[in-house]
Amino acid sequence: MMYEVPFIVVILLMAVGLYIVLFKKNLIKIALGLSLLETGVNLFLIALAYRHGDRLSAPVFTSQILGGTDPTYSLPTPHALTLTSIVIGVATTALLLSFVMQLYKKWGITTTDEMRRLK
Amino acid sequence: MMDAYDTFINNAPALAVAIPLIFAFSTPLVSKLGDRVRNIFALLGVLIPSLIIFLLAFDVLSSGGMETRYYVFGSDSSTRFPLVGGHILRIAFAVDGMSVFMGLLISVVALSAVIYSMAYIRRYSGLDKYYSLLLLVFTANLGMVLTGDIFNLFVWFEISSVSLSALTAFKANRGESFEGAAKYLIYASVAGLFFLIAIGLLYGQYGHLNIKFLSSAIGGNEEMMMVDKIALGLLVTVFALKAGSVPMHMATPDAYGEAPAPITAMFVTASQASLYAIFRTGFTLYGSNLTVTGETLHILGYILVALGILSMFVGVTMALVQKDIKRLMAYHAISQTGYMLLGVGVGLAVLDTAQFAEYGRTAMTGGIFHIFNHALYKGLLFLTAGAIIYRTGTKDLNKMGGLGRDMKLTALFFIIGALAIAGIPPMNGFASKLLIYESVFKFNPIVGAIAMLVSLLTLASFVKVFYAVFMGPRRSEFKGGEVPASMLTGMAILGGVILVFSVFPSLVVTSLVDPAVNALTYIEGETTRSLTLFTGSGSWNTLVFLGAVMVAGIIGLLLFMMGNKGTVPKGEGRKPYLFGNPTEIEGRPIVVPASNVYWGFTTALSKYYKPTEKAHSALFNDYMFWFVATAALLISIFAFLEVLT
Amino acid sequence: MERMSSVVRTITKVAFGPIFIFGAYIILHGHLTPGGGFQGGALIASVMALYFVAFGDERWKKKLMSTLESIGLLTFASAGFLGLTAGFFFFNFLAGSKIPFFNEQIPSMEGFVHPNWAPLFSAGTVSVMNIAVGLEVVVGITLVVVAMGLFSFAGKEGE
Repeated sequence: MMYEVPFIVVILLMAVGLYIVLFKKNLIKIALGLSLLETGVNLFLIALAYRHGDRLSAPVFTSQILGGTDPTYSLPTPHALTLTSIVIGVATTALLLSFVMQLYKKWGITTTDEMRRLK
Repeated sequence: MMDAYDTFINNAPALAVAIPLIFAFSTPLVSKLGDRVRNIFALLGVLIPSLIIFLLAFDVLSSGGMETRYYVFGSDSSTRFPLVGGHILRIAFAVDGMSVFMGLLISVVALSAVIYSMAYIRRYSGLDKYYSLLLLVFTANLGMVLTGDIFNLFVWFEISSVSLSALTAFKANRGESFEGAAKYLIYASVAGLFFLIAIGLLYGQYGHLNIKFLSSAIGGNEEMMMVDKIALGLLVTVFALKAGSVPMHMATPDAYGEAPAPITAMFVTASQASLYAIFRTGFTLYGSNLTVTGETLHILGYILVALGILSMFVGVTMALVQKDIKRLMAYHAISQTGYMLLGVGVGLAVLDTAQFAEYGRTAMTGGIFHIFNHALYKGLLFLTAGAIIYRTGTKDLNKMGGLGRDMKLTALFFIIGALAIAGIPPMNGFASKLLIYESVFKFNPIVGAIAMLVSLLTLASFVKVFYAVFMGPRRSEFKGGEVPASMLTGMAILGGVILVFSVFPSLVVTSLVDPAVNALTYIEGETTRSLTLFTGSGSWNTLVFLGAVMVAGIIGLLLFMMGNKGTVPKGEGRKPYLFGNPTEIEGRPIVVPASNVYWGFTTALSKYYKPTEKAHSALFNDYMFWFVATAALLISIFAFLEVLT
Repeated sequence: MERMSSVVRTITKVAFGPIFIFGAYIILHGHLTPGGGFQGGALIASVMALYFVAFGDERWKKKLMSTLESIGLLTFASAGFLGLTAGFFFFNFLAGSKIPFFNEQIPSMEGFVHPNWAPLFSAGTVSVMNIAVGLEVVVGITLVVVAMGLFSFAGKEGE
């Protein structure tokens, strides 16, 4: 049960993020929703990394090395994936916010309702 | 010397990506030396990787193209995949016939785009960033088609999305470009996150990221697991979105229409690279053991056919009513993407059955050949649209006219592109569409008929553009004559390749397309080298066709010379016939505005057009709805269809 | 963007050094402890942004920043490229080599006291890449933050 808790949080975060992107019309809120969605996905990757069992894999650290008994360990690859995804997320969010700012400057708009000139 | 060449070829996949990356990063530094230096530098940044891809393609294709070559980063490629406790730690590139096919296509279009940019974009500031991002898009597209690692694919996917949307907003004086860029960026980012979920599912299940290892792990199961099916649904939706398939196409015309013309050509290659990713997903990731995944792949084939028909039809009908020249062409890009989805979808739907040899392979050949043709003629058409906008300063078809008198070369390139996209013989578009028509007709006659109908509507739409832009009396407001030489060179590269492909379609098919199909399906087809292209039930030879046209032309000329030369039309016969709704605009002779040309057609089909135009609401939340709904639909089809039957 | 009150400026002066050094520590120890170029770079970028916000934008050297950004990216790509000298892309040609640059030998495991125990300058190109990424992230995020700040304060043309 303990190992399922992160996945429940993942589903909650992603549901909230998707809800915002689907139904909220404020552009800043959409950017926030995108960030929430991304956090959910990142948490999903991190949650995947935690494995319970014998040490059968890549150079990972368990407490067994130091003489402990807990066989839980963490795979390094998903951490690398998450870091990459965070970096991409930062770039995306920064670019999106600058677009939103420019839209506000040019047209004075903040919602998707008004962002409908391309038709 | 031979050794040095071998080392070079072994490292070529990595060099092809690393060199443009280094050029992209140093462009801002080099820009300080002057505009001319920067332009040449950017050109070299595309030219050198293109040469590397060309040599690599030559090497890969000379050994048949079916064998996959791996390039492992950071270690000896000969030890292949160093495993640590069953987990691969390194990123690998995988190169086969299909990869180099896509690589060649991307190089040709990028080369013409960068040459074209030199004059087209000269008037703007911030050009160091423009060229830097252009090279980054080029790198990302190459990376997408060369990589053999699914997470690496995600990274290239995102780099291409982010750089393309930044470039879409390049014309920073217009609010519209920010609207298009923002829509495309959010859409592509959400798609990227869905892609990441799929990667997470596959990694969590199998502990691999390498496509080859994932593929054998998926094929090693007793039957397909639910995780595989959900991941497949997500992957197909995401790539279909970036390829611009209906119903997730809404952001495509927004971004294509607002980006500078060379960037729109790069958009085309990016969407082709996503199509490549769909095909890799279907054939390579899920295709290692067809006894396990065969059923699901057939379903995927039918889904691709359905998406293809929708894209073709909705794309072309929406294009007919556009009055912005680049939006119109963007809808045509969507419509043409449908042909590729249709062709490869048919191949996938009958994969591993008796029908595959009968018509499935021909359909795939047509679909994949069409990818190359599409990138060429669509790139050319977008570049001509850019030339038109460069001269007229407007994108509105209703405000143009009479350009054919001063821009004869642009008009010529436009005609080449328009004939090719409409599939008029003897152009290359006809050769690939013929392969699709004939094989799809055997698959399902109605689908074949729709494909031909869409071609007709495409022709109709480009007749309208040609009429509105090039015909009519010379306008005093569009001065300046032909566009600068660098823009013409960019168009000439694509136009020249189109002509070569048109005259020798069968040679292109045997030397480029067949290896690509072999590499995808792992089935070696028969290849016969001849100048005639065989479609299974028919054949096509451009030279014979051109000969016949020439004979007919000579006969026509003889008949003309036999006639009475003195006849001059009189009275009503001298007036031009105008269809549509001719309107009088002040200070100009009576003309039919471009948006009225197909007034009768659109009015007759108003029952179709009203709901369709309402669905294209330009409201971003609706875009997201279509994406999420399609993802949900595809996942449930994959997950539950077998349970029900 | 104008300079802020003397309270903010004093606090910034005090906080600048420690945060900067902590960021540098995270970057340099990227191969030993959690963290690396991006995390440390983000830390330093935050303090750089604080600096520009507190002291105003007259010290804002945009051209220098752009150049540094390119240099960071180029260093990263070149570190991958130079691996070719040993035959493969991204090959760690520095670690354990004779080039006196991040090439310290890792001693045998007998002195093992901690899982991440290794000399600081032993990681070869990994450290070089961490530093390059750190530089790039510092400059990149500072550019973004300050450009947005400039935009929202003065309504000037942003980045």
